Amino acid sequence: MLRADGVTVAYDRHRVLDRVAIAVPPGVVTGLAGPSGCGKSSLARVLALLLRPSAGRVSVDGTEVRRWRHRAAPALRTTVALIFQQPRLAVDPRFTLLDIVAEPLRVARLPLDRAERLAEEMGLTPDLLVRRPHEVSDGQLQRACVARALTLRPRYVICDEMTTMLDASTQALLVGRLEEYRRESGAGVLAISHDTELLDRWCGPDSTVHRLGPSEDLPGE
Amino acid sequence: MTASSRLRVEGLTVRFHLPDATVHAVTDARFEVRQGECLALVGESGCGKSVMAHSLLGLLPGNAEVTGSAWLETRSGPAVDLIAAPEEVLARTVRGRRIGLVPQSPATHLTPVRTARSQLEEALRELGNPESADDLAVRAGLRPADLDRYPHELSGGMAQRVANALALAGDPWLILADEPTSGLDRPLVDATMAELRRLADEGRAVLLITHDLRAAERVADRIAVMYASRVVSVAPAAEFFAGPRHPYAAGLLDALPSRAFQPIPGRPPELTRLPGGCAFRPRCDRATAACERTPEPVSAAGQDVACHHPLDHPMELDRHAAR
Repeated sequence: MLRADGVTVAYDRHRVLDRVAIAVPPGVVTGLAGPSGCGKSSLARVLALLLRPSAGRVSVDGTEVRRWRHRAAPALRTTVALIFQQPRLAVDPRFTLLDIVAEPLRVARLPLDRAERLAEEMGLTPDLLVRRPHEVSDGQLQRACVARALTLRPRYVICDEMTTMLDASTQALLVGRLEEYRRESGAGVLAISHDTELLDRWCGPDSTVHRLGPSEDLPGE
Repeated sequence: MTASSRLRVEGLTVRFHLPDATVHAVTDARFEVRQGECLALVGESGCGKSVMAHSLLGLLPGNAEVTGSAWLETRSGPAVDLIAAPEEVLARTVRGRRIGLVPQSPATHLTPVRTARSQLEEALRELGNPESADDLAVRAGLRPADLDRYPHELSGGMAQRVANALALAGDPWLILADEPTSGLDRPLVDATMAELRRLADEGRAVLLITHDLRAAERVADRIAVMYASRVVSVAPAAEFFAGPRHPYAAGLLDALPSRAFQPIPGRPPELTRLPGGCAFRPRCDRATAACERTPEPVSAAGQDVACHHPLDHPMELDRHAAR
């Protein structure tokens, strides 16, 4: 279980999250909905162990994250993968698509051969893998980002508005691929979107869809 | 051309010449946008729809080769061919005056260091419009007090309305909205679509370019579908969503979460290496040898479809059932 309890995130005087609790169990899809600016992405970053909350606790499979600087320790971070809304802002523009997919393997000093197979499963053919981000469409780039997120076989995958920029066909393809991974690996998925129709379909009738309310300004001094 | 046509695109073709390849961005596009209607141009990313928008505004880079024509009606005097017109004419009489652009991501389109009012007043002054910024703001659904804010103090919906007000500053009669809802949440998408609908209902013509079928469904009178540089289908919105006749359009609709949620198999061809004949053929389960010839658009049951094997129209199905 990936859990956040009593998590508060504030930027200056604006409180984005106020004592929020959420649990992402393994093996199922959990939904998270809410309007623009309600703190969905901040919560995604906290759960991906990339943002230290102002207050509250985060734990992965019973291990509480105790040593944050601004991010958690790398060993713990590889158990949670994050897929961003805008793939173009989430990749190094100098990398080829294959470099992008292989990056986690390189950082973890693992053999790189797995990257090509993962990319292929995402429908990225060899002629696309040698290209750089400016030479492919948003949909093709997001496929590489999804492949990258799955490279180290994370226990939890957080999809933060993963398909908002994409057409319906690419959306169905990416969600289908994540569902395959979830069923085969038993990983937990947190699907974050403002599109309730998508969440209803993705999460299914038995899953929890959490809703975040609008964030608030803290009272002045 | 019908009497109410505002923009008539005929055989519009755009090629980009690169050192080692030619990008077939737009091929032989034909459609019109009428007074008081919203036409939505939909398709996957990279199909050429934004290039089409930029070609109408004369904003393509120097390596673009544009042929065909795009006739924009004027209130008085002869129509202007946006493709043949020199840059000076486009700059002085078209951009901002006859065509208003509603941009992608309005919040970043605005200058962050100046208030909305100062930007709107500049546009009105440059375009020689004597209207006050307050009046224009009210028409775009803003309160005059909102104009004294800086862009970062505006909500997404208010920034959208400021962008709309800017697009209206020259009182254009064609509104070109290029992915105006990209990254917005559903209430903002709905608000933006309602604004575009209002502009069309005021008697303007609206060309909406989007990948979001649900947004298009909310606002459009007709839907044009673009695939691999070609406009493959133009249909009234109600008939399109009830029974698309082009197999690609049907595939796009089936991918929606509210429908089958199944992707179209395969992927779109590279615009540098388009196959001969119908470009959708490798992904299409209806393809036959006939599809090696490029299909011409055929008008039937209200839908223009460029396909050798279009799907039955629901009206036809009804007739079959009645027999």
